[in-house]
Amino acid sequence: MGNFKKSKKGMPAISTASLPDIVFMLLFFFMTVTTIKDYPMLVDNELPMADQVKKLEKKDRVIEIYVGKPAEDLVKVLGAEPKIQLDKRLANVNEVAPYVLSELAKKPEAIRNLVTVSLKVDKKVGMGIVSDIKEELRKVNLLKVNYTTYEGNSLSGQ
Amino acid sequence: MARNNEIPEVNAGSMADIAFLLLIFFLVTATIQTDMGLDRKLPSKEPTPPITFNERNVFRIVLNKNDELMVESEIMQLKDLRNAAIAFLDNGGESQGDNDDCSYCLGARNPNSSDHPKEAIISLNSDREATYGTYVTVQNELTAAYNELRNRESQRLFNMDFVEMEQRYFDAETPSEIKKVLKENIMAIRDLFPMQLSEAQTNQIK
Repeated sequence: MGNFKKSKKGMPAISTASLPDIVFMLLFFFMTVTTIKDYPMLVDNELPMADQVKKLEKKDRVIEIYVGKPAEDLVKVLGAEPKIQLDKRLANVNEVAPYVLSELAKKPEAIRNLVTVSLKVDKKVGMGIVSDIKEELRKVNLLKVNYTTYEGNSLSGQ
Repeated sequence: MARNNEIPEVNAGSMADIAFLLLIFFLVTATIQTDMGLDRKLPSKEPTPPITFNERNVFRIVLNKNDELMVESEIMQLKDLRNAAIAFLDNGGESQGDNDDCSYCLGARNPNSSDHPKEAIISLNSDREATYGTYVTVQNELTAAYNELRNRESQRLFNMDFVEMEQRYFDAETPSEIKKVLKENIMAIRDLFPMQLSEAQTNQIK
């Protein structure tokens, strides 16, 4: 009985000694699943949804092209027409072909014909610019493209 | 001797704060990469001789600038596209008993629709002002139609979904001898329902 009385005296403080461990665990989780943006996004990039997706294979075999409306603070300067972002800069349609060729030249020879172009296009962009890019890619004979999407039901996302 | 006992313990109470700081830093600077998407192969620029085909073997889809869909000269909702495409591909209109009829087709065998999945072509025409989101949805639905048919045949022949076979094939951990078998099976299924999606100008309408 005496023991019971003792324990009722006050709530014991919850030990927070393991809090750092929990936070570190979260930290490591985020460090592994994310990638650091190596350049700022100059265009809006809200990808469409699709559910019949395939995973893009190894990262070194991918060339990325971003298309979208310029980011909010750039709209004043550039207008709201969709723009293409190659690496860190905005570009015109006719710069796509030289860019992908120079990217291709940086890759080891063995994987050059396995390279896929990942088109990361905002879902509100018109098809015109996309088909222009595809035409450019055909000119340089880079025929494997991937319409990069988020995974999800595309019909409900309309 | 007495001094050793006097070393004070380092206070680890602020460790959590430091870790939180790091965590927040990573949350802000990092983005989750999406590496999923629909794979497509663009047609080569090499001039190819014009192919002649019967109009009934072409499934015409037009996407206009208001994101409306017209399929075979009729307005259609996006959600109906998948089944329409399946019905078209799986039709097998070649009369039975012919030497090139489609023995695995389960469709309506409508003589006005496609003869054979190997001859069936889907033509997608999109307006320059149609939004990309809708375009991808259309592409997604067409992929779904092909996948559904391929899964069916794959289940029948190899007791495995086509999509699963492809995943296993691209998985780096699959041993190479299994990959070899999978590749043959995938090729066999692709041959039954080859994806023939044309975005070229197949002039006729308008």
